Amino acid sequence: MTTLAPPRSQPQAGPAATGTSLWAATKLVAGREIAVKIRDKAFVIGTILFLVIAAASTVLPAIFANGSSTVAVVGTGDVGAALDRAGMEVVAATDVAQAEQLVRNGDVDAAVVPGDDLGEIRVLAMDRTPDSVVRALSSSPPVQLLDPDAVDQVLAFLVPMSFSMVFFFLSISFGVQIAQSVTEEKQTRIVEILVAAVPVRALLAGKVLGNGALALGQVVLIALVAVVSMQAVGGDTALLAQLGPAIAWFIPFFVVGFVLMASLWAVTGALVTRQEDISGASGPAQLVIMAPFFLVIFLNGNPTAMTLLSYIPFSAPTAMPLRLFFGDAATWEPIVALLVLLGAAALCLVLAARLYEGSLLRTNGKTSLRAAWQERETRVS
Amino acid sequence: MLRVASVDRSFGGRRVLDDISFEVVPGRMTGFVGANGAGKTTSMRIILGLLSADSGTVTWNGEPVTRAVRQRFGYMPEERGLYPKMKIREQLVYLGRLYGLTAPAARRSVDELLDRVGLTERADDPLEKLSLGNQQRAQIAAALVHDPEVLILDEPFSGLDPIAVEVVAGVLRERAGRGVPVLFSSHQLDVVERLCDDLVIIAAGAVRAAGSRTELRTRYAMPRYQLVLDGDAGWIRDVPGVSIVDLDGARVVIELADPADDQTVLRAALARGPVRSFGPIVPSLAEIFREVTQ
Repeated sequence: MTTLAPPRSQPQAGPAATGTSLWAATKLVAGREIAVKIRDKAFVIGTILFLVIAAASTVLPAIFANGSSTVAVVGTGDVGAALDRAGMEVVAATDVAQAEQLVRNGDVDAAVVPGDDLGEIRVLAMDRTPDSVVRALSSSPPVQLLDPDAVDQVLAFLVPMSFSMVFFFLSISFGVQIAQSVTEEKQTRIVEILVAAVPVRALLAGKVLGNGALALGQVVLIALVAVVSMQAVGGDTALLAQLGPAIAWFIPFFVVGFVLMASLWAVTGALVTRQEDISGASGPAQLVIMAPFFLVIFLNGNPTAMTLLSYIPFSAPTAMPLRLFFGDAATWEPIVALLVLLGAAALCLVLAARLYEGSLLRTNGKTSLRAAWQERETRVS
Repeated sequence: MLRVASVDRSFGGRRVLDDISFEVVPGRMTGFVGANGAGKTTSMRIILGLLSADSGTVTWNGEPVTRAVRQRFGYMPEERGLYPKMKIREQLVYLGRLYGLTAPAARRSVDELLDRVGLTERADDPLEKLSLGNQQRAQIAAALVHDPEVLILDEPFSGLDPIAVEVVAGVLRERAGRGVPVLFSSHQLDVVERLCDDLVIIAAGAVRAAGSRTELRTRYAMPRYQLVLDGDAGWIRDVPGVSIVDLDGARVVIELADPADDQTVLRAALARGPVRSFGPIVPSLAEIFREVTQ
């Protein structure tokens, strides 16, 4: 005869203490990161400021480009008509002295007055040759463009600058915030409660995920604002068509690149015990953000260097979309570079998880990388 | 039962825990007493899995303490930890959810607890806006939010005003009354004396004494008696087998070579005149502590 074993008596279980899986814990940690950040005034103001800069940097050049100069003209005739045709505002002046005074007062940008000889003219300006006025009054030879599709010089400077700046600023600002939030948990020792409750890896993953989602949100907003304001001012559809794929590729590169950076910053935060010590410990993490930033800015005219940079994980997030923008990359190239970046990010995350586990509970001063690597304080059961 | 068995731990060659073994019994408050650096916090961290033991085991109801088991433990670290800028209710709900509660269950539990520790009105204030005593109450609530099966509290009474001590003690007693084993460390021996059912005394990384409070008192009771007479008690030094510990006119504290001599002493005293009181001196926790850690 078999009898059923009586259920082992246990103190009553919690209200619903079912335990949390790694993923559930990660989501909770990420949710807290997001909730805290979007209620943080500094973060909200920073985001708005970023969007204003994005809008301004697309709108203002267009406004300045179309902005008409004001020119004083003594006498009328061909000169006034030519300037008018070039879209400038013409003001009539009675004599040379008055025209000169208008220029000195800043009422006009330049003045066109009769020259010493009859029929000749002279242009007056304060400290810079008014090229647009001179151009309007000169006869230009006809120009034939051999490569009309090539990227405009201004854009060739602005676009790499914008991509690099966006990646640079978001990596640094989110990176520092991740490090701060890790150190805050160490400093207040809430980390002891957290680690007792959920796996250390969930804390790391949650921070990367939460901040990653916010950073992605900012990038998408910036891209939207840039595109919308570009259409609003000029509607340069050719430029949009050119920029579109670069922006579309920039987003996945940004996301994976962000994970790479975020894991480095999380480890940076875990190595120290006080907020004040973060800047001292963040040298390596800053270097891998700064170095690619400057390399891409200075070398974006050098195809060989850019090819190399577009495959190096730390610079790929900006270099590859730029090569796509300039039309230098084959279609398979971004895929390969993204895979390389994914691999690097995964590797970095695994290493970071171990260093994070090894340093998170060490609360006596700064932990060396070596000590963090060797001493895995946390039990991994 | 929570059982710590033969736990050793060294830090960089220095042994801080040496073959630590003790038990925390469900329904009882176990006071964990020791000087600073004796190994209390290290032991608690090992129970919580924040540190690994070099050897030895921690078991709950006979099973090894894995993360799943530990999620049903409540813990209050020595150096208080909560988010300074986060609202109390919000962070307690967050912790409850990390322990595996659903959002509604966590909210319900947090509201009850805040009411119990008297923080309902401060629920939406950030932690840093609270007085230290109130922060401590919030900390207790953090350890209880998931209605844990086991409670481990590192110095829960340090820095509390007398009213808060009563509140916290009351909450812990309640939990013990529901069958939860409660382990709490303290260096305030008077508080431990008043609250604990069982005691673990640790010194220099080793358990010096462990058992129920009454058992330890009996075990460490010194053969000392206090006698109060009407007249001067100086004559007692001539009674064989008696040595005087403290003499103050009519009141004398004596130590007996053989505890069985107590009746002889009493008879001798009665023969000389009225005896106002006579009885053994029960050692205080402080005395037991001094005795076992010397």
